[in-house]
Amino acid sequence: MNSPADFTEEDDALRFSGALVLARLGNLPQRLETLAKQPRAIDLSGIERIDTVGAWLIHRLARDSDADVTGANEDAKRLIDQVSQLDKPLQMRPDPTPPFIRVLAQMGAATVSAFRMLYGLLGFFGAILISCWDIIRDPKRFRGNAIARQFEVVGVDALGIIGLMSFLIGIVIAQQGAVQLRQFGAEVFTINLIGRITLRELGVLMTAIMVAGRSGSAFAAQLGSMKLAEEVDAMRTIGVSPIEALVIPRVMATVIMMPLLGFYAALVAIIGGGLFCWISLDIPLITFFQRIREVVPITDLWVGLLKAPVFGLIIAMAGCFQGMQVEGNAEEVGLRTTAAVVQGIFLVIVLDAFFAVFFSSIGWV
Amino acid sequence: MSDTDGEIVISVRGLRNAFGEQVIHDELDLDVHRGEILGVVGGSGTGKSVLMRSIIGLQHPVAGEVHVFGESMIGRDDTEATNVRKRWGVLFQGGALFSTLTVAENVEVPLREYYPELHQQLLDEIASYKIMMSGLPAEAAPKFPSELSGGMKKRAGLARSLALDPELLFLDEPTAGLDPIGAAAFDELTKNLKETLGLTVFLITHDLDTLHAICDRVAVLADRKVIAVGTIPELLALDHPWIQEYFNGPRGRAALGAKR
Ligand SMILES: Nc1ncnc2c1ncn2[C@@H]1O[C@H](COP(=O)(O)OP(=O)(O)OP(=O)(O)O)[C@@H](O)[C@H]1O
Ligand SMILES: [Mg+2]
Repeated sequence: MNSPADFTEEDDALRFSGALVLARLGNLPQRLETLAKQPRAIDLSGIERIDTVGAWLIHRLARDSDADVTGANEDAKRLIDQVSQLDKPLQMRPDPTPPFIRVLAQMGAATVSAFRMLYGLLGFFGAILISCWDIIRDPKRFRGNAIARQFEVVGVDALGIIGLMSFLIGIVIAQQGAVQLRQFGAEVFTINLIGRITLRELGVLMTAIMVAGRSGSAFAAQLGSMKLAEEVDAMRTIGVSPIEALVIPRVMATVIMMPLLGFYAALVAIIGGGLFCWISLDIPLITFFQRIREVVPITDLWVGLLKAPVFGLIIAMAGCFQGMQVEGNAEEVGLRTTAAVVQGIFLVIVLDAFFAVFFSSIGWV
Repeated sequence: MSDTDGEIVISVRGLRNAFGEQVIHDELDLDVHRGEILGVVGGSGTGKSVLMRSIIGLQHPVAGEVHVFGESMIGRDDTEATNVRKRWGVLFQGGALFSTLTVAENVEVPLREYYPELHQQLLDEIASYKIMMSGLPAEAAPKFPSELSGGMKKRAGLARSLALDPELLFLDEPTAGLDPIGAAAFDELTKNLKETLGLTVFLITHDLDTLHAICDRVAVLADRKVIAVGTIPELLALDHPWIQEYFNGPRGRAALGAKR
């Protein structure tokens, strides 16, 4: 319909032709930049159409080479006039900082934000405790429905994946244990290994990692998007405390679900290990479970069950805290979600080490 | 349908949209002619935004046909649609700016996408005048969307929708949230663009002043249909209760009075 934009040089004049519109420009801008000599006049009488980009190119050329524009029709004149009024170079991006300063600034900012985060987390914990106290004094404010919903999301919906994971872990422990212990002719101790390690450590730890990945991240992303959409601010102005409505149900659900999930994970892992022993070591299931009862002290169960709610608290708090920190843009939601998972898992493992030392020192070995 | 008559840019026939049980549009017909500004009005929730989304191919209708520039917008793949997409600009109700890019970079996105051969310097220049054109202050260019006010986001969205010098512009409530001076300037700008570039505009609005000032025709959406299309005097001559209420209510009369 329109021929491509083009121009010819005649003496001092540039004669344009075709449609001077964005879609038909082709390499015209580049050609204009490499003109042999500055034109004195620009003739637009041959053009078919023009849009603001075409008008801008003409305006720029006329401005830089001090040429006269001739032969422009009404529309072209108006457009060129319009863009020439808007001629003002703008800054496209915020000022960049020099690399050295930037590295220093980043290190400083990272240090400050690490301390801020610790401080913030502490404050957040305090806010949760205060809200809990408020709820205890005024139990009507307890949001049963929200908590039940979170029970489902955090606990029930996770049963499948945690079960599968634990089952496989049980098999791996049994298999690896059997291979190593066989060298000493102590294959039968595989059962001790499975029973003690799953109840005491792995059941809860692996569950915590799974919950951090499933629910900690979800908490951060949910609360983060709500903050971006100003939902949290809206809640505050209505007089609903976001801690009470959003954070407490999630934290409580995770704290209550973690021991249950951890216990379930340990059981399934033991079943997985038992099946492996039965199939490849020829230890009957009955014998396997009898041995488990004999060799696993009840304190192992307590160790696992006592750690679980603490891990749950850490994971849920990290998730909700990071979510509430979101400000600005969608990228932030992603970053905060990652931070929630990384922090959650890291803190769980650090605490697990403390628990290990603590329980040994009180004689629960 | 072909583009040969050169007249009808958007044609909607027998459109039906539903979300589950809730039917939004039923047997909806609408034509938009080249070079006109068509105002679309209707109560909140009557499906103006959904209509716009079906025309631009974001909402898959249950039944009906939508043609833009003579090409069907339903059930086509992305590569086929690019040729049409190059020729339109869309301003969403919420602005829909890319939050990780500055305002200037937002404006450059469509240019970069469709015309990768343009040099950075020219891109920056084009972005600059588009930003100025949309009425943003110069300081807004290097800012991120989260640092803008609601009205500024609207304007930045407008600058982005104008980036490609489109033939067809979709505007979803462009003047909502603008100060009256800004809104008037916006009307002026739209009209100017229409006159100089021959732009066709699909304009959803609740702003009676905008309707009076710049719309060539107005389409009224109610009862899941376009119940009437025409110039404001033509609409006033109908005695549909909602239309009468809309244009002859206290606000409608004020706007009408101001016009005279
Ligand atoms: N994604 C969706 N899912 C379900 N229902 C929707 C969805 N989007 C819109 N609706 C429904 O479609 C109807 C029309 O919505 P739409 O956004 O088009 O309204 P509108 O006419 O643009 O209103 P407003 O003037 O307030 O912007 C509303 O009733 C809304 O609830
Ligand atoms: Mg809408």
